[in-house]
Amino acid sequence: MASLTLVQAINLALIQEMEADDRVLILGEDVGKNGGVFRVTEGLHERFGAKRVVDTPLAESGIMGSAIGLAMGGLRPIPEIQFEGFMGPAYDQLTNHAARYRSRSRGSITIPMTVRVPVGGGIHAPELHSDSPEAIYAHTPGLKVVMPSSPYDAKGLLISAIRDPDPVVFFEPKRIYRSFREEVPEDEYTVPIGKAKIVEEGSDLTVVTWGASTVQCIEAMDSLPEDLSVELIDLRTIYPWDEETVVESVNKTGRCVIVHEAPKTAGFGAEVATVIQERCFLKLQAPVQRVAGFDTVMPYYKLELEYLPDAARIGKGILECAAY
Amino acid sequence: MGATQTQVPPADSLSAKLPDETLVGWLKDMILIREFELRTMAAYQQAKIGGFCHVYIGQEPVVVGTFAALQHADPIVTAYRDHGHALARGMHPNACMAEMYGKLPGCAKGKGGSMHMFDKPNNLFGGHGIVGAQTPLGLGLAFAARYENEVIGEAINYNQDAPAKRVALVFLGDGAMNQGAFHEALNLSNLPGQLRSPIIFIVENNKYSMGTSIDRGTTMAHDMKVKADAYGIDYLETEAFDITRLYDDFKPFADACREEQKPGFVNLHCYRYQGHSMSDPQKYREKTEVEEYQGNDAIDNLTHHLVNERKALTEDDVKTIRKDAKDVSKEAQKFAEEAPEPSIEGELYSDVYANIQPNLSPMDHYRHGSTNALLED
Ligand SMILES: Cc1ncc(C[n+]2csc(CCOP(=O)(O)OP(=O)(O)O)c2C)c(N)n1
Ligand SMILES: [Mg+2]
Repeated sequence: MASLTLVQAINLALIQEMEADDRVLILGEDVGKNGGVFRVTEGLHERFGAKRVVDTPLAESGIMGSAIGLAMGGLRPIPEIQFEGFMGPAYDQLTNHAARYRSRSRGSITIPMTVRVPVGGGIHAPELHSDSPEAIYAHTPGLKVVMPSSPYDAKGLLISAIRDPDPVVFFEPKRIYRSFREEVPEDEYTVPIGKAKIVEEGSDLTVVTWGASTVQCIEAMDSLPEDLSVELIDLRTIYPWDEETVVESVNKTGRCVIVHEAPKTAGFGAEVATVIQERCFLKLQAPVQRVAGFDTVMPYYKLELEYLPDAARIGKGILECAAY
Repeated sequence: MGATQTQVPPADSLSAKLPDETLVGWLKDMILIREFELRTMAAYQQAKIGGFCHVYIGQEPVVVGTFAALQHADPIVTAYRDHGHALARGMHPNACMAEMYGKLPGCAKGKGGSMHMFDKPNNLFGGHGIVGAQTPLGLGLAFAARYENEVIGEAINYNQDAPAKRVALVFLGDGAMNQGAFHEALNLSNLPGQLRSPIIFIVENNKYSMGTSIDRGTTMAHDMKVKADAYGIDYLETEAFDITRLYDDFKPFADACREEQKPGFVNLHCYRYQGHSMSDPQKYREKTEVEEYQGNDAIDNLTHHLVNERKALTEDDVKTIRKDAKDVSKEAQKFAEEAPEPSIEGELYSDVYANIQPNLSPMDHYRHGSTNALLED
């Protein structure tokens, strides 16, 4: 066991998977010599060489498209896109190619590729460097979408993603890249894709969240009244998401608050709320609440903290839902 | 290193015929950008500026020299290293600095930050954060200018006396050349009879794309003319170390693009002295390389020319120019520091659509927690 940050946990997972499997390779802008913008691939270039940690020019469409080709050619590429906002040029390749080859080729051509993308706000960066587009990719059949909220889960989920037979978009919440440490086993282990985590058990109300908002929710729970028992669920995987864990919890508590950074309208919370409505209708004691970002362009840093759901806003949402 | 030490411009060159005050104006503009950026760096280091910040130190002659060959009504679009473009285009330094501070009187009400300098009255159509994505925008601006002239017959989008024939400038980095959008724009810009447009693609070739040197990221970097040739576009290779040479090369090139309403491609050698952004350990280059370029600095070179050759300025005059630029920059920082912050009520939702939309999660409902309409009694 070592106490690692999320960045270190990801770095360790990459090293271990590259050591275990020569088919695994990394490509992206400045991922090699420079170790990536967030230094996630630090040391890998020295360790595995320029053929397996490939510095590419500034060309996301080319990076994504050639990674898909590498995957079709039998390898397990891990392209890095520097920020979620730069997925734009790569979007066509990812959604129109990677997501569809299994179906187009009747299962004969598959894309075992893991796209690593820093995501979300909270680091004083402007729009395009602070957005939360997970719902867009969750809405793309053929892709899996993962977003860890802790170093332990990050390592286990990344290993699962690399070994997964289908393309996985692996979102890394940059706000918590280095904000805290956690014990992470040295040995390789996996955290399954598609399985949520019950962060805290409770009986009165369910909070469903993912990514960096998980940390905000934990903070919010500290200041709730003692007699309010809240169950906190971190989805960890946005697609395919763990309906069973959420439904079971809400059927038990009868109340649910969903928290995410992305704009509220058509955010992934809307999907979660709909399924709760479908499967927990008779058990619900209050309308499902969403505490989310606003339907506005991610604001520059002076208003950033007003945009992001914080402990105060989450706490208020929980109390209102509980009081209904 | 591709740079040539400054030489006295030949007597018959265009710049040699310009009056002293024009060249003194260039010097003042370059010095202002330099001093302004030094302030920017200091403010960033004091955590007064958030987001990302890319300064223009070393590249000042690029904008000053090319803008000198333009009309004010010629539209400009650029990438995120854009403070110099804004200042050279006439944006008030206070508005530029306040924008970086995220303050209300900033050019984008403090919503865009360092990378998004927009100044419609000065026909600056933005800095852009997605590398390369601004290139087709420049093409659109150029096509619009031509369309206005040829189809509508008058300038509709410019509030000043615009010449009938305009030319648009799109600035991009050497790294941006590797993006697909750039190549698409080049192709479109020279399609005969269709989108052929008066656009000049200016590659600010500062040799690096973050930590990737141009020869590691771009094929045929040593002979970029082939890229223009591939699309049948006129090519100019020039440099920013001597602004008179830059002007002498660029002015006739731009005039031809304007006159014939055709595209052009400029490979403009320059160098950034600072790191890519404010957090850059610069492992990818030697300190001596930076020093070598700093030894051939366009501001120094023009100063030398104006003081020793033209005798248009004395050393004391130059000191005054520097002091004035420092004062203006200091004032800009003071202005930004004292400027009001954007209010949550006023600015969190404004300017997303023409009208506030009902689903914008109204502030009063969501500020302190989510309120569901069903919950209200
Ligand atoms: C589509 C996209 N990919 C990556 C980035 C991150 N990024 C910002 S600047 C930059 C380097 C650009 O270099 P260049 O075009 O040469 O411009 P310079 O910084 O030298 O002015 C990179 C990779 C981005 N902003 N947009
Ligand atoms: Mg460059």
